[in-house]
Amino acid sequence: MRRALPTLYILFLMLPIYWLVTMSFKPTTEILGSFTLWPQAFTLENYAKIFTDPTWYNGYVNSLIYVVINTVISVVVALPAAYAFSRYRFLGDKHLFFWLLTNRMAPAAVFALPFFELYSAVGLFDTHIAVALAHCLFNIPLAVWILEGFMSSVPKQLDETAYLDGYSFWRFFLRIFVPTIAAGIGVAAFFCFMFSWVELLLAKTLTSVAAKPIAATMTRTASSSGYELGLLAAAGTLTFIPGAVVIYFVRNYIAKGFALGRV
Amino acid sequence: MPLELRSVTKRVGAHAHIHDTSVRLAEEGFNILLGTTLSGKTTLMQLMAGLEQPTSGTVWFAGRNVTRIAVQRRNVAMVYQQFINYPNFTVFENIASPLRVARVPAPEIDKRVRRMADLLRLGPLLQRRPAELSGGQQQRTALARALVRDADLVLLDEPLANLDFKLREELRDELPKLFAGRRCTVVFATSEPMEALLLGGHTAALHQGRITQFGPTAEVYRRPVDLLTAQVFSNPPINTAPVTKQAGSIVLSDTVRWPAQGHQQQIPDGPYTIGIRPHHVSPVAGGHTAARIDGNVLVAEISGSESTIHFSHGPLTWVSQSHGVHPSQVGDIARFHLDVGQCLFFDADGRRVA
Repeated sequence: MRRALPTLYILFLMLPIYWLVTMSFKPTTEILGSFTLWPQAFTLENYAKIFTDPTWYNGYVNSLIYVVINTVISVVVALPAAYAFSRYRFLGDKHLFFWLLTNRMAPAAVFALPFFELYSAVGLFDTHIAVALAHCLFNIPLAVWILEGFMSSVPKQLDETAYLDGYSFWRFFLRIFVPTIAAGIGVAAFFCFMFSWVELLLAKTLTSVAAKPIAATMTRTASSSGYELGLLAAAGTLTFIPGAVVIYFVRNYIAKGFALGRV
Repeated sequence: MPLELRSVTKRVGAHAHIHDTSVRLAEEGFNILLGTTLSGKTTLMQLMAGLEQPTSGTVWFAGRNVTRIAVQRRNVAMVYQQFINYPNFTVFENIASPLRVARVPAPEIDKRVRRMADLLRLGPLLQRRPAELSGGQQQRTALARALVRDADLVLLDEPLANLDFKLREELRDELPKLFAGRRCTVVFATSEPMEALLLGGHTAALHQGRITQFGPTAEVYRRPVDLLTAQVFSNPPINTAPVTKQAGSIVLSDTVRWPAQGHQQQIPDGPYTIGIRPHHVSPVAGGHTAARIDGNVLVAEISGSESTIHFSHGPLTWVSQSHGVHPSQVGDIARFHLDVGQCLFFDADGRRVA
């Protein structure tokens, strides 16, 4: 009994994922035709289509490109910012720090139009960098908060010891401090990666062809030549993979990351 | 190569962390900064190191004003209460780091690091990372890094406070040996009077950001210039009481009085505050001139061969500390013997007069 309840709960949570995965191995006729718990006519055709058709696999490539660019920009920009918040007291520091987080409180839709106008005007529309920069709006504040938490758990005497040893600030920062908070950087990168990967609205608004993300490809296919539910399920299943790979590397620190490094 | 602070102050906002302080440290032996938490020990050390800039005043080293010189170029080493090492470096690289930054040739680094590691018994641990060491070994690594570079000034900020008792004693014994024969000024901050006495050298007693007295440790202990210094330099706290001198007698209360001893005879009649250390108040009579004082036992602790008894006498709460086991029950009326020759007399301003 003690085990039954959690087991049931986990089964309940896993059910949609299971359904998506089994659907991806069924032909669309079976999905629409009858209720089956597992594929009766097992097929890899859906996956074959995705991996051979450039309009499909380019969706993944585009998504990965802007997600990686965004993650790199977010972490690189957030590192010095978080260090400043962690180590220095300056006028309005607490307000500024909180204000950063409020950037996450507005829905992406609010920013879609201004971003679209702005990027069209400067010729960034339909580029990877456009989406990457747009996602920075959410991810840099998040990365600053996470990194600040990890940095503040490093005693400032470490910095002082390094200066006394003769290290310049940047040499200390890159050679000693960054490796010391490597776990925090991993966690911050993971969260940036995930938020950028699952964000759809801005990514879709700011692209048309050249940088179209996979999620946008999926929505369009659903309404084109009839239903291709099997294909859609396969595409959905594949979107799990990058997140799963990234989470593997930071699995021991995720809980601390959810607490913004403050555990 | 003495370090000198000239009229140094440190204010943060409206708060004075260090009041006007001038002190010239001793070149030989340890310079001990003795004070409770928040007395300004760490701030004073940071000012000496150059990690903090004084609000006013100057810092001099070997006759040179170093106040505005960057900490990287001061040749100062520091060891903290927390065990501070570079977590991503091995023990070897931790010790070698100041030499690497100073571009010392690799073979020489190797030689010096190994010599220092042997001295601090870190030899077999050189390839480990700090997280894989015990607290004592971590602190030894930090010490080795501070010593390997022949710094002009070595600041030790309560380096033993986070170690357990046995390791603390061990390292405390080693410290003076490590520094023997080195040409450097050593500053050691501690909150424990016993540690100051064991390490000897010179002591600066600190109270709320002010050095109340600086001098040879034994001198500061035996002849504190004022009541604050005596209080800083006593653990358990020094017993104090208001007394009156009249007609050659010292009157503490209706039942406690004694004829003035030694220097006590020369001070004029009037009110004073006396200070007497707990180990001069004993439940057993010694060979010295004693006054008897009866007290209500409040707390009685026996630790091994030492008895500590807190008692009240009228409005006074005093502590007696004595060798041997002297059992007493809370609530008992017990009799104590005051070694009156050891009483320190302070005037109304807190200055010692006898």
